[in-house]
Amino acid sequence: MRHVPAKTLEPSNEVRDYLAAQEKKSLLRFLTCGSVDDGKSTLIGRLLSDTKQIFEDQLAALERDSRKHGTTGEDVDFALLVDGLEAEREQGITIDVAYRFFATPKRKFIVADTPGHEQYTRNMATGASTADLAIVLVDARQGVLRQTRRHSIIASLLGIRHIVLAVNKIDLVGFDRVTFDRIVAEYRDFARDLGFESIMPIPMSARYGDNVSARSERLAWYQGPTLIEHLETVPVGSASAEQPFRFPVQYVNRPNLDFRGFAGTIASGSISRGDEVVVAKSGRSAHVKRIVSYGGDLQKAIAGQAVTLVLDEEVEVSRGNMLVQPDARPQVSDQFAANLVWFDEQALLPGRSYILRTETDEASATVTELKHRLNINDFGEEAAKSLEMNEVGVVNISTRTPIAFDAFAENRSTGAFILIDRITNATVGAGMIQHALRRAENIHWQSLDIDKRARSDMKHQRPAVFWFTGLSGSGKSTIANLLEKKLAATGRHTYLLDGDNVRHGLNRDLGFTDADRVENIRRVAEVAKLMTDAGLIVLVSFISPFRAERRLARELMAGGEFVEVFVDTPFEECARRDPKGLYARALRGEIKNFTGVDSPYEPPENPEIRLQTIGRTVEEMVDILDDWLAERDKAETQYESGGGI
Amino acid sequence: MTMALTHLQRLEAESIHIFREVAANFSKPVMLYSVGKDSSVLMHLAMKAFYPAKPPFPFLHVDTTWKFREMIAFRDQMAEKLGFDLLVHVNEDGVRDNINPFDHGSNVHTHVMKTVGLRQALDKYGFDAAFGGARRDEEKSRAKERIFSFRNASHAWDPKNQRPEMWNIYNTRIAAGESIRVFPLSNWTELDIWQYILQEDIPIVPLYFAKERPVVERDGMLILKDDDRMKLRPDEVVENRLVRFRTLGCYPLTGAIESSADTLEAIVGEMLTARTSERQGRLIDRDEAGSMEKKKREGYF
Ligand SMILES: Nc1nc2c(ncn2[C@@H]2O[C@H](COP(=O)(O)OP(=O)(O)OP(=O)(O)O)[C@@H](O)[C@H]2O)c(=O)[nH]1
Ligand SMILES: [Mg+2]
Repeated sequence: MRHVPAKTLEPSNEVRDYLAAQEKKSLLRFLTCGSVDDGKSTLIGRLLSDTKQIFEDQLAALERDSRKHGTTGEDVDFALLVDGLEAEREQGITIDVAYRFFATPKRKFIVADTPGHEQYTRNMATGASTADLAIVLVDARQGVLRQTRRHSIIASLLGIRHIVLAVNKIDLVGFDRVTFDRIVAEYRDFARDLGFESIMPIPMSARYGDNVSARSERLAWYQGPTLIEHLETVPVGSASAEQPFRFPVQYVNRPNLDFRGFAGTIASGSISRGDEVVVAKSGRSAHVKRIVSYGGDLQKAIAGQAVTLVLDEEVEVSRGNMLVQPDARPQVSDQFAANLVWFDEQALLPGRSYILRTETDEASATVTELKHRLNINDFGEEAAKSLEMNEVGVVNISTRTPIAFDAFAENRSTGAFILIDRITNATVGAGMIQHALRRAENIHWQSLDIDKRARSDMKHQRPAVFWFTGLSGSGKSTIANLLEKKLAATGRHTYLLDGDNVRHGLNRDLGFTDADRVENIRRVAEVAKLMTDAGLIVLVSFISPFRAERRLARELMAGGEFVEVFVDTPFEECARRDPKGLYARALRGEIKNFTGVDSPYEPPENPEIRLQTIGRTVEEMVDILDDWLAERDKAETQYESGGGI
Repeated sequence: MTMALTHLQRLEAESIHIFREVAANFSKPVMLYSVGKDSSVLMHLAMKAFYPAKPPFPFLHVDTTWKFREMIAFRDQMAEKLGFDLLVHVNEDGVRDNINPFDHGSNVHTHVMKTVGLRQALDKYGFDAAFGGARRDEEKSRAKERIFSFRNASHAWDPKNQRPEMWNIYNTRIAAGESIRVFPLSNWTELDIWQYILQEDIPIVPLYFAKERPVVERDGMLILKDDDRMKLRPDEVVENRLVRFRTLGCYPLTGAIESSADTLEAIVGEMLTARTSERQGRLIDRDEAGSMEKKKREGYF
C-alpha cells in the first residue's frame, strides 16, 4: 500500500461553509422492498456507489467478494455492498435489514434495504417503520407478485405515503415500454385503496445503472425523473410540529429534592415556557416552568427534541404517562381497535395475554376479538380464528390498565405499539391503533363500600385460588374435591370450579382448538377472580396446558393469592389409569386435540406446590395443601400485626 | 413560524432518547468507554441526556494493556474532570499468559484481551445493558445491527434472528443472564461525529491531530512505536513523520496516516476527500472477510 499524504487542507472557513450547508439539508428515510431477487440490494449498492459513498479499499473488497460470492458473472455484484452477513453472502439473499447512509447536494438519506423473502417479513416491517417513502421493486419479467402486494400493504399500514414503483431489470425485457405500462397499470389498480399520496413509476436497471442517478438513452421513451432526482424532491413531512403537543414521559429525573424533571422526546407539536399542560391519564394540569437542556434552559422546544420539562406544581406523573395540550387531548382507554402485523412463528391467539408496549408505556394486553384478517392479494377482509406469522389483521385489544394514545393515522408516534411474548420476550407483533372502543369509555369502575377485605373478614379467612394443573386423569379433581371437604369441615368458605362442569355452562360454546382453550382459561380465571373478590377460597381444576394462560391467571389475582398446584402424574400413568376411557379413544385417533396426545402440555416451571402423585395417598397430598395455606395465613398475620413497613 | 431541527439536532435527540430508555428500563446498565472519538461523543451525549443529574451508570474501560499511552492519560483526565464512575477491567488470564499482538497476532490478542475481557467484566458486575459507540456506517455487518441488540446468556449475537425493532419502541425485556447491547450512535456517520465534535467543542485524544511521531513501517501500515515492548525487525527503522490517527485502538494494530491536519477543520477537510474508509487503519478488520461479524457473534462490541 502507498501512503498518499492526504491532500487538500482547505482553508477552514471553506470547511465551515460546507458543514453549515450539510446542517440545513433535509433528511429522507426510505426503504427498498418487494419480492425476492427483484434487485433491492443491487439498487442500494448502485446508489451508494453512484453517490460516491464507497471508498477505494471497500471497492477492492467488493471486487474480491464478487469473484467469490457474486451472482453476476464477471461484473461486480453491487448487492454484496449491502448484504453484509455471512449467511446472506453465501445464500445470495438478504436476511435482515441493512441501514445505509448517503447524501447528495440537496438531501441526506437513510435507506433501509429489506429482505424480500416472506420468512423475513418482520425485518421488512422493521425497516419500514421509520421510513417516509418506499421503493417497491418489481422484476420487469415477473410483474407484481404476492410479496410485492404484501410489502405494499404493510408499507401503507405503517403510514408510508410515498411510493416509487421501480420496474427493475428493464434490460432483461429489451427496455420495453409496453411491459412497463402494463406493470404500472396493474400496480395502480391494486394500490388504489392503500391511501398512498404519490406513486412514481420509474423503469430502471439497478445492475447497469439506467435511471438510477443517470438518465438512460436506452429508455428514451421515459420522460420522468431519475430515481435520485425524485428522491431529492419528493416532499417530506415535518407535519408533526403543527400537531397537538404530545410529550410521552420517558424518565423522571430526580437527582435531588430540589429538582424534579420529566425527560422525554416531544412526539408532536411544540411547547413554550409558561404553557399549560395536562397529565393525560389523570387530567391534572400544571404550567411549564422550565425547559431544561444541557446548554441552558430553552424558551421553546418542538417535535423531535429530547428535553426535560419542569412543572410549576407537584402533579403525579411517571413513565408511561403523557403531558399534552389541554384543548386537544389524546384518548385514554383500555380498549381499542387496531391493525396488527404478526411476526411470530407461534400464531396470535385471541385471549392470550401479551405485553403491550408503546414508546414509554407498558401494560398487560389481550386481543379480545380478531375482527378479520387481510387478504394479501386483493386486500379483502376474511374471517379468521388466529393470525399466523406475517399475516395482517384488524383486532380489538384490551389492556389491564388504560393507556394514552392517538389514532395512528393522526400521529405515528403516539398511535403505535408492539406486543411482546411473556415467556420468550420476543417481539411478536406490531400494532397501529385505529380508535378507542366506546364500551371502555362508558363502563367506569364502581367503587363499592363493601369491599373484598370486608367480605373476607366476615368469613374469617383470606381469599386464595388453588389452581390445579396437570394432564387429564392426573388426579386434579379427586384432590381438589377432598381439599374442599377438608376446608369446609374447618369452617372455610370455598368454591370448586371444575373443567368439565364449566364446559357444560359458561364455556359451552368453546371447543378444543388452541384459541378456544385460551379463551376457556381466560373466562375461568376471571370468574375465579370475582370469587376471590367475594372472599372465597377457590379451587380451580383445569388441565390448563399452556404456561401463558396460567401466567395470565396468576397476574389477575392479588399478590399471594394464586397457588399453582402442579399435579404431576406421568403421561404413561394417566393413560394407564384412564378413568374416563379418553386416552384409549385419543390414541385411536377418535378424539382430536387431546392434551398429551396430539396437543401439547407445558408443565409449570415454578409452581408453588408440586404434587408427585405416584406413591402418595390423596389424604397426604391434601394435607400438604392445607399446611401451605395455614403457613401463608400465619405469615400474613405476623406481617400485619407487625405494623407494616 | 416553522422551525425545523438540523441534522445534528435530530441525531442528538435520537441518541438522548436511547440513553434515557436504557436508564428507565434496566437495573444495571454500563457504558463501554473505549476512549476514542466515538466514545467522547457518547459521553457528551450521556451528560446531556441526564442533565442536571450525572449519568446514572458507570463507565467501563476494557484495557487490553496495549492502548496508546496518551489514551490512558486522556481517560483518567476525563474521569476526573467529569466526575464519572470509571471501572477498568483487564483480563488477568491474558496478562498471565503474556498474550500480546506481536506474538499471537491480532486475532488471538483481540479475542482474549478484548472480547473475553469484556465478557468477564460484564459477568463480574452483572450488567444487563451495555452502551457501545458503534456506528452502522463503519462496517457492513454493523449496518445490520439493531439499536437495542439482544445478547444471550453467553453474550453471543445471533444475526439471523434479531428482534424486530419498530419505530422508537424498544423491547427491553430479557431473562436472567441475558443482556442488551445498545448503540446510541447507530445512525451517525463518521462525518457527523467530526462535525458534532467541532460544534460542541468535545475534547478528544490528541492522537487524532497531526504531529511528528516516531513510526515504523510494517506490513503496509505505519505503526507508532509507543513503548519498548515493540521490537524492531532487522530491516525496520523508526522515523519521525507527521502523522495522525483516524481511529484508535491497540497501538500495534492501529495504522497512522500521513497528514498535516492539526485542527478539527483540517481533519474534516481531509475526510471529505478521503479515498479509504476509516477502518482501513485497523488490522483486525482485514484479517479475514466477515471477521467483524464473527467477533460480534462471540461477544465483541
Ligand atoms: N439484469 C439485471 N439483473 C439485475 C438487476 N438488478 C438486480 N439484478 C440481479 O438480480 C439478482 C438479485 O439481486 P438482489 O439485489 O440480490 O435482489 P434482492 O431484491 O435484494 O433480493 P432479496 O433481498 O434476497 O429479496 C442479482 O444477481 C442481481 O445482479 C437489473 O436491473 N438487471
Ligand atoms: Mg437484498
